[in-house]
Amino acid sequence: MQDLFMLTDSVVTSALIWAVLIMTVMYLGRDQARQSITTLARMLHNALRVAAFGLRRAEQHLESRNREVLLAAGREAKERMVSREFERISATVDRDLGRYPEIQRNLTETIQRIDEDHQGTAEVPPQVPGWSRAVKAVADAADKSDPSVRDVLEAIHESMERAQARALTAYREASRQRHRLLSRMMPRWRNIQGTLKRMEASVASILERSRSIDRHMDEYREILAGTDRAVQTLSTSALVQFGVSALVIAVAIGGAIINFSLIARPMAEMVGGTSYIGAFQTADIAALVIILVEISMGLFLMESLRITRLFPVIAALPDRTRVYMVAFTLTVLTTLASVEAGLAYMREILLQDELATASLLRGEAGATMTSEALWITTAAQMGMGFILPFALTFVAIPLETFVQTLRHVLGMLAILALRLTALALRIIGNLVRQSGVLLQHLYDVFIFAPLWVAGRLAAGAERRAERAAEREGRARQIDAQLQREAESRREGSDPTMGGRFDGYGEATV
Amino acid sequence: MRALTILLLSLILAGCGEPRPSRAVGVYMLLDTSGTYTEEIDKARQIINFTLTRLEPGDSFAVARIDTASFSEKDIVAKATFDGRPSTANTQKRRFQTEVNAFVGEVQPSAYTDISGGLLQALEFLNEKDPGRRTILIFSDLKEDLDEGYVRDFPLTFTDVDVVALNVTKLRSDNVDPREYLGRLAAWQQRVEQSGGRWRVINDLDRLEKLFQS
Repeated sequence: MQDLFMLTDSVVTSALIWAVLIMTVMYLGRDQARQSITTLARMLHNALRVAAFGLRRAEQHLESRNREVLLAAGREAKERMVSREFERISATVDRDLGRYPEIQRNLTETIQRIDEDHQGTAEVPPQVPGWSRAVKAVADAADKSDPSVRDVLEAIHESMERAQARALTAYREASRQRHRLLSRMMPRWRNIQGTLKRMEASVASILERSRSIDRHMDEYREILAGTDRAVQTLSTSALVQFGVSALVIAVAIGGAIINFSLIARPMAEMVGGTSYIGAFQTADIAALVIILVEISMGLFLMESLRITRLFPVIAALPDRTRVYMVAFTLTVLTTLASVEAGLAYMREILLQDELATASLLRGEAGATMTSEALWITTAAQMGMGFILPFALTFVAIPLETFVQTLRHVLGMLAILALRLTALALRIIGNLVRQSGVLLQHLYDVFIFAPLWVAGRLAAGAERRAERAAEREGRARQIDAQLQREAESRREGSDPTMGGRFDGYGEATV
Repeated sequence: MRALTILLLSLILAGCGEPRPSRAVGVYMLLDTSGTYTEEIDKARQIINFTLTRLEPGDSFAVARIDTASFSEKDIVAKATFDGRPSTANTQKRRFQTEVNAFVGEVQPSAYTDISGGLLQALEFLNEKDPGRRTILIFSDLKEDLDEGYVRDFPLTFTDVDVVALNVTKLRSDNVDPREYLGRLAAWQQRVEQSGGRWRVINDLDRLEKLFQS
């Protein structure tokens, strides 16, 4: 290889010769090379542009699909909310306003009684008898010194006093009666007030629900119209729900791991600690299966209670069947929770046994832990073993939200990836195109010497051509001038024209 | 579609048929009871107890003495393959320790040291149990001293066996010429490694956690 390169004994000379040869070859193939570079750069640029365009189309399609999915999910959620609000209104109406005729009758009767009592309190005591003025006139006119008159007057006076005493007694009795009636009106007033308050609360509740329904309906209309605002709101809501549900699921996974550690060790006592399925201990797999069965039962329970809607088949079951399912899943869950509590107890026993054996082997036979408070940890483990399966049941709720929002989040991530890829392809395409131009310039830089010589030669030829053109132009001008002069001479020699020949002959150039 | 189904079934069946290596551990410990080395037997008990704490259900463990003729089942002091249930395994460990304690209490020094015979017995035991990981612990000064007429210059196969020499004490003659001690270790190492085994020496018994580190 080195011999091939060495055209002469001198490295520099050989290099120069090679350089000249290469430059000559490159100069000769310059046009073709430039065309090739341009074509390649354009081809790559176009291919990348087409790819970017395709990705952009895919992104738009995915965005549109994602939007549809989001709107559909939002529509379904709103329908569920509105339906729930109507159910609540219906319950309120059934509970409170359903008894409206009875309440109205009670109110009418109570008001009627109050009215009667009120009328009863309006009665006045009897008037003083009308003859008292006549007696007064007799008393004024009669001679009071007359004993018979005085007796009569005294008798009248006594009668008057008795009548007054009776009237006063009657008046007091009437007042007592009025007070009794008035005091009987108080509980009736309170009864009316309580009834009206209850009615007011019911009506206020219905009004509140109706306002809530109005709000939901407004949002529902926006979702149906597919406005950008609705999509933006739903998207933000989906992202928040996704984050929260992921967090709750992470917490639930932590609970499941604790649950697993509670039952994995004692499970070896049941299925043996030496058998394996694949790379995992059978005891571990059995413990995991128990936890997964518990979670599945929890899902079915939530579905049967219509709290979640992951399985439309369960939601569509008749109510009686769903009740059976609730009973069945609850029974299985309780049984598994009891099994777990037993395993947790067994775990504590095994732990103590292992600790005792380890102490014995270390020569610390008396150091076995025999704390009186040991029952606390045992009870705590059993409690956790019993409660955790029920707690894991509720993971169905965040799981449903997670599954529903996962599609939107994945869609958003895919859109972002497509957008970034398309952008990268466009940038690379432009870079390729500019690189083609740069490569052409670099090509010219490498063959600058022949280009410079060719440029000089071309400039010389151009100058010569310009000079030749200039001379030719000047000759044409002189020819034209001579021709004009010859014509004017011809016109001057014509006697009919009256001109004058100036005597100049033909000009020579 | 049919081809895909057949391929999947073949893969599943092939996966089922593939023999899986056992995860159990097999440990065979040889105790040198010759001459003054009997005085070290209490240290051996510590190692046995440590080993018992490290073994899991399904593992096998045997302790045998090295005496004049060690290639014999009669030299096995205690042996057990621990049950799959942890509680039963714990009971077995306690019983094992009791047997070892009884042996330590009544051990008598032997006249000769047949290490090769003990190793052959260990290999037979481990081959019979066929655990996934095999370890032979030699609690000895590694000075072999055969009685007249005993032939032990046969090849031993230590393929995939960890041989760990523990508490290899220096003899008086080693102190005079340490090359004797080093040569003895090198000879055993060569014998083990040439027949496919792995050789280690642990003299610091405070660092026993290295015993089952691969």
